[in-house]
Amino acid sequence: MRRILFEGLMRRPLTEAPPVADDDALAELAANVDRAARRRLGRSLSIREVDAGSCNGCELEIHALNNAFYDLERFGLRFVASPRHADVLLVTGPVTRNMREALARTYDATPDPKWVVAVGDCALDGGLFSGSYAVVGGVSAVVPVDLHIPGCPPRPTQLLKGLLSLLEAS
Amino acid sequence: MATLTDMISGELVQRHGGCPRVVVNEDGWRFATSQLSAGYWTLLGLWGDTGAVHMTVLEEGAREIAVITILCSHDRFPSVGAVHAPAVRLERAIHDLYGILPVGLPDTRPWLDLGFWDVEHPLGKRRVAPAKRAPYAFLPTEGENLHQIPVGPVHAGIIEPGHFRFTANGETVVRLEERLGYVHKGIEGLMAGATVDQAARLAGRTSGDSSVAFALAFAHAVEAAGEVQVPPRAIHLRALMAELERLANHFGDIGAVCNDASFSLMHAHCGVLRERTLRAADACFGHRLMMDAVLPGGVARDLAADCIPHVAALLQDTRATLPALIELYDNTASLQDRTVSTGILRAELARQFGAGGYVGRASGRAFDARKTPGYRPYGQLDFNIPVLETGDVNARVWVRIREVEQSLGLIEQILNTLPVGAIRTEFGLAGGTREGLGLAEAFRGDVLAWVRLEGDRIARCHLRDPSWFQWPLLEAVIEGNIVADFPLCNKSFNCSYSGHDL
Repeated sequence: MRRILFEGLMRRPLTEAPPVADDDALAELAANVDRAARRRLGRSLSIREVDAGSCNGCELEIHALNNAFYDLERFGLRFVASPRHADVLLVTGPVTRNMREALARTYDATPDPKWVVAVGDCALDGGLFSGSYAVVGGVSAVVPVDLHIPGCPPRPTQLLKGLLSLLEAS
Repeated sequence: MATLTDMISGELVQRHGGCPRVVVNEDGWRFATSQLSAGYWTLLGLWGDTGAVHMTVLEEGAREIAVITILCSHDRFPSVGAVHAPAVRLERAIHDLYGILPVGLPDTRPWLDLGFWDVEHPLGKRRVAPAKRAPYAFLPTEGENLHQIPVGPVHAGIIEPGHFRFTANGETVVRLEERLGYVHKGIEGLMAGATVDQAARLAGRTSGDSSVAFALAFAHAVEAAGEVQVPPRAIHLRALMAELERLANHFGDIGAVCNDASFSLMHAHCGVLRERTLRAADACFGHRLMMDAVLPGGVARDLAADCIPHVAALLQDTRATLPALIELYDNTASLQDRTVSTGILRAELARQFGAGGYVGRASGRAFDARKTPGYRPYGQLDFNIPVLETGDVNARVWVRIREVEQSLGLIEQILNTLPVGAIRTEFGLAGGTREGLGLAEAFRGDVLAWVRLEGDRIARCHLRDPSWFQWPLLEAVIEGNIVADFPLCNKSFNCSYSGHDL
């Protein structure tokens, strides 16, 4: 173990330079984010991820944000275990009928001020799964959405750009 | 030795590819059920259809597979689950989706229908769902000093939703009851009437982590139905994708199991290997998870120019770093303390449930769809199926480590023997009804796909994730373990919620 740790110390970090915040996302956020609320939270946001019906592809790429290449925590963004600790809900999937109530309750359990980021093409309008008897539609059909990050699934850099624009929006 | 179809008396269905399909009467169905419960055959799938129920069985010794169908003119059929436990949840799902009643099924609670749909039996005789339904009755637990811990559907990590109801005596779990279905998207309903290419996109999003494997199983089924010949280059490219997908998932899982024992160093290093694998996949096929790359008839995209060095670098890099990580895993006593002898799956249960992938292989069951029934190009490639006997979390980690080594060798062989030529066969499916069955080996086990085509449209498609036969076993392995070891057991199984809920 010592050797691996030592090599880790001697090597250049794998972490890559941050991408610039997404311009489109910034424009979308300008209308949605309350500046006063943002100032209170500063440059640190706690994120609660909610899978409301995804195929788990988006989860895989959200997971990747924590790896050495993207290192999400260097920006003051971190994932938390409870909606009660969260400032941001990161919601994936078409919202299934079976998850609608759970998503609404998770939103209600998140203290104000809070933002909802819908991740992936399905989260916009149900994507490939819209029209199914088992699907409500996009995330905004259940809770108000502040920002949407497109992609199937979005690449980690796209996710990073979208999340960074949350920090830059003020 | 009698072949499987000789043993099943019934009417052989024409224009069914991939394996024979036999329509049987009630006696034939009961015979098949008794063969399953006696352990002579393994259940590979059980699903509803309009006015019928199909099961796929495997005779492991003879490596034969057959689909057996019973027509249900009165919307009833003799329950398989009555004598063969692995069928219980599948039959509960059949009743939810089709309204066909498995007569004698010991557990008649709904499984996928959690009471939130507007319709009942959406794929069968649809009717408006009643407004008020009785709350779900969890299994009763009686005894002194027992307490319950309800978890989910929204979990604490970045994972899929599902509900776990633990009953514990102090630290010790005496029962886990799973309740799934939260991410049921109605994929099979959406597939009915879809074109083959639209359905392939849906198949590739049944479980995002197994996108290649699902698309491959679906393609195998359609190709079997339409008697489509796939070009040799496409066959090799599919295998390259499938092995990259296996590598990425195994790296992720090995790290995540260690992380659930709070050993984040392994997690960080495995995360790097996983990311490098996804980047190599992206460089080759233009998508990190290789979604929509496998299509019936071949593949959608050829290898990108100059991507071979990316794959070669991945192989070299992995071979350089993996031994030290394996040593780290094996020599860290505090980690071994958590994984060795935790969550033991008995070999009999693995065999009874036909558990695929690392879950089965860590408990002595060697089945792998790449070998049985086998599909190209694996017959001409040299690889082994690692099998262990101890059945604990540690064994499931080791099977993954051994499979990583096998996949590295496979990728090397695939690239060394990559044929030139076309990557997709254009095919027409005009004229009547065709059916086909396909299997593909995903990282977590065998995926089964069955299609009935009416011309070039899907009339019925069923996709069976390996998790159907693994989720019930997770309930079995946690018994007698402490609550804190559940994340380890769960991660060592890494069942798919989306693939199961469909």
